[in-house]
Amino acid sequence: MNNIISVRGLRKTFHVGEVDVQALRGVDLQVARGEFLSVVGPSGSGKSTLFHILGGLAPPTDGEIFIDGVNLRTLTESQRTELRQKKIGFVFQKYNLLPTLTAKDNISIAQSLSHSPAPPAHFDEMLALLGISKRLDHKPSALSGGEQQRVAIARALVNQPAILLADEPTGNLDTENSNAVLSILQDLNRRTGQTILMITHNPEAAAFADRTVTMRDGRVIS
Amino acid sequence: MINKLVLENLKHRWVRTLLSALVVGVQVMLLLTLVGLSRGLLQTSAERAKGSGADIFLKPDTGGTISFSSGQVDSKFVDFVRKQPHVAQAMGVLSQISGVITSINGVDINQLNRMSGGMHYLAGGPLKQLDDLIVDDYYQRENHVHVGSIVKLLNHNWTVCGVMQSGVLGRLIVSLDTLQRLTGNSNPPRISEILVKVDNPSLTNEVVNNLNHLLAGNLKAISTADFVSQFSVSSIPQLKAFIDVITVITVFVELLVVFLTMYTAVVERTREIGILKALGAKPITILDILAREAIILAIIGCVIGIALSFGVQALIVNLAPASLTVITVPGWWPKAAGIALVGALIGASYPGMKAARQDAIEALSYE
Repeated sequence: MNNIISVRGLRKTFHVGEVDVQALRGVDLQVARGEFLSVVGPSGSGKSTLFHILGGLAPPTDGEIFIDGVNLRTLTESQRTELRQKKIGFVFQKYNLLPTLTAKDNISIAQSLSHSPAPPAHFDEMLALLGISKRLDHKPSALSGGEQQRVAIARALVNQPAILLADEPTGNLDTENSNAVLSILQDLNRRTGQTILMITHNPEAAAFADRTVTMRDGRVIS
Repeated sequence: MINKLVLENLKHRWVRTLLSALVVGVQVMLLLTLVGLSRGLLQTSAERAKGSGADIFLKPDTGGTISFSSGQVDSKFVDFVRKQPHVAQAMGVLSQISGVITSINGVDINQLNRMSGGMHYLAGGPLKQLDDLIVDDYYQRENHVHVGSIVKLLNHNWTVCGVMQSGVLGRLIVSLDTLQRLTGNSNPPRISEILVKVDNPSLTNEVVNNLNHLLAGNLKAISTADFVSQFSVSSIPQLKAFIDVITVITVFVELLVVFLTMYTAVVERTREIGILKALGAKPITILDILAREAIILAIIGCVIGIALSFGVQALIVNLAPASLTVITVPGWWPKAAGIALVGALIGASYPGMKAARQDAIEALSYE
């Protein structure tokens, strides 16, 4: 199977009080290994819910979902946690770095939690590519938004995940830093073949990906 | 790396960390001071009892061995005891509490000199006048008195006539007659206890049994060896219960402090907990992080508590010289640390579980 992500008939229903809210209404999606895919759509289209389920942060209600050959429907919460440790790297809109740790330690803790013995061989090159080699001893409060997001990318990659999931990675950045971060993701995908799935509502950001799918009302429409 | 995160978290909110550890430390200090005070008082009392030279103590038969009350025995019992077989010497002692907890002992100084095998004076000599006072070297040092000094005790001016080496009966020795008069125990003359010396120490238990038989309901005889062995916390149920209560209160206060600290930390770090979960932290890892923080708080609190207990000892010596004896009980440091750890871990358990159960998605969207 060449697809690293395979989703068929994915449904997710949230119970809000006595009302059932259908966030995903039968999503079908295939992502090839090494592909850079962007998912666009308006607010409430189900992008974030799809992001959370693909990242193993929430269980699906129905449907088939395979990540790197692992069926997420059958996983317990503990197994989904292990999936996040080994196969998923997250990049969030708000960077989500731990404020008490330095950039270096933010990267190390991801490695520590996944019990990885050491960073990958070319990790130093990757840090140079990200332009943060000289900023590693600084805490997030001493870094710019662009630098924080690049540290978050480094943290997401330290365990060599099968998929890098990015949720609005440029949502808090100015145009210059947005372009820099998107270029880094694109470069990373092309150099290392890292599979990237990026959620965005910005068509200009989506244009950096190999392919774009559009979601609306809990379905992939194109 | 987890340890580094724990330390950085504690350092990040260092004022909160320090205050929490300080409250834990104060609890540890209270516990150690209470134990040190109990042990100190009992230890010095035991040493003085042995130093009196008596083989047997006769005390009012009130059920307990250690009593701070005075004037409960009619002096005529002294003559009765003196006439019993194998009793070489019997003398009455009237003890009266003055000030914080300083005990003044009224004796016939010649009798005490004979019973103790000869008192050793560092300065001055025995009682000669009715208002004379003998102090031990500890009292003299702590209160800066010397032979000839006037000391006001029981609303009466005493003149220091001698400084004896500590360890004989009490810190302050005065004339029995004067003390009886000052405390309203002169008509009929009353005393607190009777000290007995036997002619053959191997017959001590036999004499004890005989006296207990003859004086049942009035006085209770106990050999000095048994008497001294009872100067331990475990032999005094009320004191042991008091220490137990203080221990429980210590655990409870620590539990509340650590609970509040950890609960605040968990709420404040909701997003960080979400980040850790997204990175693959299991619930047990989150619990582990908070437990380690609580343990560090308890350890810091213990160190502060032990240091404070030395400070309190110094304070007591300065505020109430030669009265309350607080000793350092290193044997209780691990116990106090254990009590602090138990309190801290119980206190951290609910916030820890709350954090461990936190939904990662909700936590990540927490502002």
